[in-house]
Amino acid sequence: MSGLSIDKLSMRFDLPNGGSVQALKDVSLELKAGELLSVLGPSGCGKTTLLNIVAGFLAPTDGVMKLNGHQITGPDAERGMVFQQGALFEWMSVRDNVGFGPSMKGMPKHDKAEIVNHLLDVVGLQDFKEKAVYELSGGMQQRVALARCLANDPDVILMDEPLGALDALTREKMQSLVLKLWKETGKTIILITHSVEEALLLGERLIVMAPRPGRIHKEYRLPFAELGVSSDLREVKKHPDFAKKREEILGMIWDMEEEIMGRSEASA
Amino acid sequence: MTGLIVLAVYVGIFVAAMVIFTRLGAKMRDYTSLKTVTFGDESAVRPNRAAGIISILTLFLLWGMFTGSSLIPGFLHAPAPFQGQTSFDLTVEANGQTDMSSVTVLVHEREQNPDDVEVEPGDGFAKNDSITVAQYRSQLVSFDRNDEITRADGAEVVAVNGQRVRPGDRIEIEGGSVTISDKGTPNFEPYNGMQMEPLYLPSPEAVVDRTIKVLDEGFRGTSLLGHLGWSLFRVIAGFVCGAIVGIPLGYAMGLSNWFRGWFDPIVEFMRPVPPLALIPLVIIWAGIGETGKIILLFLAALWIMAIAARSGVSGVNIAKVHAAYSLGASKWQIMRYVIIPNSLPEIFTGARVAMGVCWGTVVAAELVAAEKGAGMMIMVASKFQNTDIVILGIILIGVIGFGIDMLMRGAERFMVPWKGKG
Repeated sequence: MSGLSIDKLSMRFDLPNGGSVQALKDVSLELKAGELLSVLGPSGCGKTTLLNIVAGFLAPTDGVMKLNGHQITGPDAERGMVFQQGALFEWMSVRDNVGFGPSMKGMPKHDKAEIVNHLLDVVGLQDFKEKAVYELSGGMQQRVALARCLANDPDVILMDEPLGALDALTREKMQSLVLKLWKETGKTIILITHSVEEALLLGERLIVMAPRPGRIHKEYRLPFAELGVSSDLREVKKHPDFAKKREEILGMIWDMEEEIMGRSEASA
Repeated sequence: MTGLIVLAVYVGIFVAAMVIFTRLGAKMRDYTSLKTVTFGDESAVRPNRAAGIISILTLFLLWGMFTGSSLIPGFLHAPAPFQGQTSFDLTVEANGQTDMSSVTVLVHEREQNPDDVEVEPGDGFAKNDSITVAQYRSQLVSFDRNDEITRADGAEVVAVNGQRVRPGDRIEIEGGSVTISDKGTPNFEPYNGMQMEPLYLPSPEAVVDRTIKVLDEGFRGTSLLGHLGWSLFRVIAGFVCGAIVGIPLGYAMGLSNWFRGWFDPIVEFMRPVPPLALIPLVIIWAGIGETGKIILLFLAALWIMAIAARSGVSGVNIAKVHAAYSLGASKWQIMRYVIIPNSLPEIFTGARVAMGVCWGTVVAAELVAAEKGAGMMIMVASKFQNTDIVILGIILIGVIGFGIDMLMRGAERFMVPWKGKG
């Protein structure tokens, strides 16, 4: 029973004006250990809500989530999270940020230093370990966030648009890094993104969500993540299937966006 | 009138210095100096160092000019009040006959008390007179005091220096003016010049002399440093008590619905009440001793610190808290490693404000009632018209207030270098 299982998850917010919003409806998902899932969808489709529920920050109104057989009830070190930005502790050095999880567990100093050193090597920040995090560039900060998450050795890594605030070049480098880390560590990863390309590149599995109510619209199994591990991402993008899939998914999302626009225009 | 002249001199120096120094301005070719749009770009406005220095010097220059300070050359002084000897002639008419008599006037400084100048009585029925008058004061001339025919017998002044006068007229003479009162008595008023009377504004060197004297002898049984030390001690004691209670209160308000609901009305009500308004109540309850003052300063600092700590907690980016939880931190660890460090910048800002308010409040409280302290010193000095001590006290209070703020800023840079970087 290893892996993440989500069964008929529903989420309904009551609004102060008496109405309510169905953010998620009957979302079911099985994720085996070591799978890399990217989640794509127009804004308002509930992908961040889904991630927050899996992380344990929100309790769903209905449905059950299990990780490795036990139910998820709140945040826990077994599910690490990488945020878009602003989640690093700016009062700590790069090293202390990365070592935060082990420190909280009370890990002996020597073991902790070993883990931190190893991860700083992996993300290429060994020379910056004494720096304050606010002295680093956006891409370096996200590498610190990745390393901090990995230092805790979680079973599942949840990524909420971790590369959304980066420029295109840095973003591509970081995409390679995520793939490399996924392959090396064998972690289960759920990655939320706005970018269709990123979802295709980084998704062994990809789900497209539809809004109102938030639900899974379509699911794909893709070869590109495996290809990306061994070759240049730009080569992967030249793959004929890649362009085809991208057009297909973009079209799908455009249709959803138009439907939303149409609906809000009709109601206005 | 004098005020307008002071203003005119000030504006004159401002404009002249601006014209001179902006022309001479250092030609640095750094990035900012190459900006073409500077009007409206706040980042391109940097304080002109020359302007800052000249500004301070100008204040002292004006102070010296209008107090006749010996620290600046005499030609810069504003017209000084008349001092020394002058005289004028009175024509007295009595029973159809007239006679001339002269009045010799000695104008002296306030603190001196010289004798009248000896004068020959002269001939005629009206004898010569001599009076002394202090600067900035006036003196009635009882011209008939030594005369053969007195006012009771019908003598009256009909001319001053040959100009015919009637009661109410005013004649300018050398070193002052003579006004004939309604009852016919000449009243001599020396020329006041444009300088401030030392009673109202002592010269800079007088303040320095007094500073040295007070440093040496103390004031009212306590040394100068003792007075300032007591004020500082009260501020620090009150502030520390306020912070010890206020910061945990603010954290509780930021972390618990119940605390927030319970204390919000109290804090929001007490915050706009100026601490000075509490002085009467604190005196009624705790008296005018140290306890009362420290309670007052405690109350002044308490709300500011509570609100600072509360907004420090509310200002935590929720992503940081979420991240800490999913890294396995316990509630206590979140508090210790996330919430407290994240709120420190806000708390330092609050502490700076609170120290400023406490310093202002302690001086005000000492003005009302105290045996020692900077505020008491200037209050008592003002009762005895020791304006130099009042000015000395104000300068020292300002310097210490500024010093406190600088220290707090320094501590802030040292303790929370991440401020504003999150």
